[in-house]
Amino acid sequence: MSGFEMKALSIHNLRKTYANGFEALKGISLDVEAGDFFALLGPNGAGKSTTIGIISSLVNASSGSVSIFGHDLQRQRELAKTFIGVMPQEINFNQFETVKNIILTQAGYYGIPRKLALQRTEHCLKQMQLWDKRDQVSRRLSGGMKRRVMIARALVHAPKLLILDEPTAGVDIEIRRAMWEVLKEVNEQGTTIILTTHYLEEAESLCRNIAIINNGEIVEHSNMASLLSRLHINHFILDIAESLQQAPVIDGFEIEWLNEKTLDVSVPKELGLNKLFAELSNRAITVVSLKNKSNRLEQLFLDLVGTSHAESGS
Amino acid sequence: MNYSIALNTILVKEVRRFMRIWPQTLLPPAITTALYFLIFGKLIGDRIGPVNGATYMDYIVPGVILMSVINHSYSNVVSSFYSTKFQHHIEELLVAPVANWVILAGYIGGGIVRGIVVGIVVATISMLFSAITLQHPAIAAAMLVLTATLFSLAGFINAVFADSFDDISIIPNFILTPLSYLGGVFYSVSMLPGYWPMISLGNPILYMVNAFRYGFIGITDIDISLAFGMVSGFIVLLTVFSLFLLHRGTGIKT
Repeated sequence: MSGFEMKALSIHNLRKTYANGFEALKGISLDVEAGDFFALLGPNGAGKSTTIGIISSLVNASSGSVSIFGHDLQRQRELAKTFIGVMPQEINFNQFETVKNIILTQAGYYGIPRKLALQRTEHCLKQMQLWDKRDQVSRRLSGGMKRRVMIARALVHAPKLLILDEPTAGVDIEIRRAMWEVLKEVNEQGTTIILTTHYLEEAESLCRNIAIINNGEIVEHSNMASLLSRLHINHFILDIAESLQQAPVIDGFEIEWLNEKTLDVSVPKELGLNKLFAELSNRAITVVSLKNKSNRLEQLFLDLVGTSHAESGS
Repeated sequence: MNYSIALNTILVKEVRRFMRIWPQTLLPPAITTALYFLIFGKLIGDRIGPVNGATYMDYIVPGVILMSVINHSYSNVVSSFYSTKFQHHIEELLVAPVANWVILAGYIGGGIVRGIVVGIVVATISMLFSAITLQHPAIAAAMLVLTATLFSLAGFINAVFADSFDDISIIPNFILTPLSYLGGVFYSVSMLPGYWPMISLGNPILYMVNAFRYGFIGITDIDISLAFGMVSGFIVLLTVFSLFLLHRGTGIKT
């Protein structure tokens, strides 16, 4: 089997029931191709962190199997672990330790000789724009810097599979975009990345494939482009030049009056924006600007999670 | 897989930890034991007279050293491993390809080094009060290392089961300290009345203290081969149990 055909991650019928009886995973199956940038999305408590916990060996699975680049996590645990780098959701490094020592210690756990570990530490800290903070005690770092320390730590052994659990939570927009560029670069260099995030814009712009998990089940597992193409209605906010006292009525479009200068319009895919603009123009209404009411993936996400909730409730 | 780098990493991390906080880890035993030697050994001891042929000061020095080793090897591992759990940086080890025995050996190694360093500190302090010399250095050294190993393992198991900082202080305060004080550190069991010498034989620390004392002054209340056999047996038992706990993920995985 060539490296290209090999699955970076293969999960089969994975179940997890906690000691209190809560069934966090109800037999999920999932494949992630080598080299992919993969989004694992879901609402809070859906099972994302449990899944990542099992892959990272922090949570014991109740049943099912996980393999990393063809190596079974149960039978070849230590070998399988060499391929994974994990950045968890919560800060989990020694806050009394310096930034440099945190990364160096992790390199040591992976058996990297000291000289190489020093080189890799410098590279990863520079990549995360933290090199000037290397001798600072980590508890004195900002929240965003702490998250970047965890990404640097996850990268220090050059993993083939990088798992990022909400890497940009609490990070300002400038740093977040810089982190996206670094992650794209890491992915382009061949590292498979699995990302969980609540910023759906992040998933839409970075990831090629996606799985949505809800109530411990995979409710969607597909290509990002084909998923987005299933969106039948787009929602836009229009700023208009004229002052309107009520929403215009146009066949096929659902228009809500927000204020005299702003309209909320639902545009069915088969009608499109040109038709809307033509109809508004016929009514002497000039559109000054428009924006998406919400991120496209966000609409689909809410639809899928909502559907799943309705099904599980029935 | 070559585990030597991972093992060395854990060991160095553990030693650096207790060396960095030396006012909490190395200074207190120096002060406490200096007080023991001054009050029990000198002021009171001078009035007690010889015990089994040794001056009272010489008699208590080995026991005080070993009592410090027991306390500090135990507390090093229990506090370090529990803090690692509490702050969640145990996860750094669990995600990495580190075998369970390497994790155990790293933490136990840290406890042994702390025990030995504290032992040297207390022995150095004792030289201010006593001219005691080692009659059987190999026996004393072997019992020192075995005792530090055993109580490091016990501290590790305590940390695995602990859910709060209270849980890591209960055993040292309510079990370890009484057993140490009743383990023949300050007296010979032959001095005890009635059934107490027999009851004292149920205290494992008595065997360790006596074997260690034999290494220093050649005096013991018990058979030292029995002491070595018992300590070695306990070490094997606790090692197997610790590895079992790590394999199951007790206290560290959900």
